[in-house]
Amino acid sequence: MLKNKGFKSLLMVMMIALLFITAACGNKAEDSTSNGSSDTEQTSDDQSSDTGEEEAVDDEDVTVEMGGQIEIDGSSTVYPLTEAAAEEFGKFNPDVRVTVGVSGTGGGFKRFCSGELAIADASRPIKDEEAKACSDNGIEYSDLTIAYDGLSLVVSKDNDFIDHLTVEELNKIFTTGSTVKTWADVRAGWPAEKILMYSPGAESGTYDYFNEAILEKKGIRNDTQISFSEDDNTLVQGVEGSKYAIGYFGFAYYEENADKLKVVPIDAGKGAIAPSTETIKDGTYAPLSRPLFIYVNKEEMSRPEVYAFADYYINNIGSLASEVGYVPLPDDQYSEEATKLH
Amino acid sequence: MSSIFIDANRKQIAGRRRIDFSLKLLFLVATSIGVIALMALLIDIITDGIHMIRPELFNNFPSRKASEAGMKSAIVGSLYMLLIMTPLSFLLGVGAAIYLEEYAKKNRITRMIQLNISTLAGVPSIVYGILGLTLFVRELHLGRSLLAGSFTMTLLVLPIIIVSAQEAIRSVPKSRRDASYALGATKWQTVSRSVLPSCISGILTGVILAMSRAIGETAPLVMIGALTFVAFLPTGPLDSFTVMPIQIYNWVSRPQASFQELAASGIIVLLVMLLLMNLSAILLRNKYNKHI
Repeated sequence: MLKNKGFKSLLMVMMIALLFITAACGNKAEDSTSNGSSDTEQTSDDQSSDTGEEEAVDDEDVTVEMGGQIEIDGSSTVYPLTEAAAEEFGKFNPDVRVTVGVSGTGGGFKRFCSGELAIADASRPIKDEEAKACSDNGIEYSDLTIAYDGLSLVVSKDNDFIDHLTVEELNKIFTTGSTVKTWADVRAGWPAEKILMYSPGAESGTYDYFNEAILEKKGIRNDTQISFSEDDNTLVQGVEGSKYAIGYFGFAYYEENADKLKVVPIDAGKGAIAPSTETIKDGTYAPLSRPLFIYVNKEEMSRPEVYAFADYYINNIGSLASEVGYVPLPDDQYSEEATKLH
Repeated sequence: MSSIFIDANRKQIAGRRRIDFSLKLLFLVATSIGVIALMALLIDIITDGIHMIRPELFNNFPSRKASEAGMKSAIVGSLYMLLIMTPLSFLLGVGAAIYLEEYAKKNRITRMIQLNISTLAGVPSIVYGILGLTLFVRELHLGRSLLAGSFTMTLLVLPIIIVSAQEAIRSVPKSRRDASYALGATKWQTVSRSVLPSCISGILTGVILAMSRAIGETAPLVMIGALTFVAFLPTGPLDSFTVMPIQIYNWVSRPQASFQELAASGIIVLLVMLLLMNLSAILLRNKYNKHI
């Protein structure tokens, strides 16, 4: 008898728990539908009511209470910038729900061009085939340049022989099918020690940019001497660990690890130049200083919250950029970019 | 002559003892490597992260500043996900186990189903993510929502729950069922009043362990698009969400050292939750074991 009672009371407890859970879920579902426009279900009804509101609301007024959800996805390089903008924007607009994902530039465009996103983060301009996918689905967009990043070539602090590298030497080291094995193969007089290479993976815009700027789009070598990782901290640790290693990633990662790594000045024919806030901003750190972008879906911009967010983003990212390790554009350029939103 | 035998014997015995001793050492080393690795991991994480365990971690949303960043949305997201998937996977999993053990005929089809379930238990979690993305996110139009995530996780843990529940049911001696039938009970009366009460502790242990697997999974949720920056709490099952492992993964990949400390503190929170769940599994088992 006792066992049965114990079991029954347990069953009862579980049943009650189940009831509560389902009841709670049911309530939530009801809430979300009854809340209507302030909620996330972006049914066509909601959107049409949103656009209806928009006509009544002054576009420039950011403090008007807004709801709705803004979905953003894309480059992990741009993520800290968008996160900063979303965080600050959220302080003034607590009811607008901004979500940011990190599917990579390519993954972001894929979702953006199928109409799933309001904004795509990108660490390179949109590719032709991606632009075609967008136009096939009838998606028009504005591309906004938001900041600069300097792709930084780094070696270990212990490396005492590298003073600079030329673009040709970089190409020779990293290009597909490269025969370079040791540093002596790169430049006469350097030690005949095997080079260990670290590179971001193919999904990242950082790799895409390096491929375009240095490797003439021929692709990177893939053999036992090179390691790939999507996690930049892994690259940092790899380069830090060996005197004969070399790697590349965004400037923010170099800046944070400047005490452990040595940055290699790059010579593109006008003398060796190391990446720094100044050289990236004025473009002398060529060809490895790159612009970062957000792509805004024009149709989504008819929703007041999306417009307000994009507007806030472009007008405030300058001060936020340096905070998260990126180089802001010159001030007048931001107002120029902002005109693309109209 | 006898002394020769004794000597030989002694040598043999000494040799065997040496083998015995060295094997004992070998097994001890094998055991301690696992334990030491775990201890090293724990100590490393605790020294890194313990000072970041502060109210902000639980009260704040993600932020670009490590000092202000918290994982409120991730913790709540993980809990909501468990809340939806636990009853669902319990009903489906235990139901399937009861059917397979008590009702199904032992024929080729049952064996095929059995084989499939055992295989599914070993399928990499990312595959469930792809399934969830196609089925729940795209086909059923649930979007990248809490519900889609919970359903995907339910599929992921279902084989584990079925297998462990089956084992628990199988452990109930046949004599109990026979006794029940002898009293004129029907199949369902036997199952519900005799079999299940005897093995409920085993079933619950399996369910809780499956839940603790789900709470630590990242890959399938990355696949279906649980997001990294979510600065609100989901208010309904169709809202976007994030979970703890995803937030931790994002923090680990940041350049700033302080974010890595934050990630360590996030890992501590996740570990404590896992330990609590496992502890409750042990307590449940001990409590109901007495009744058999």
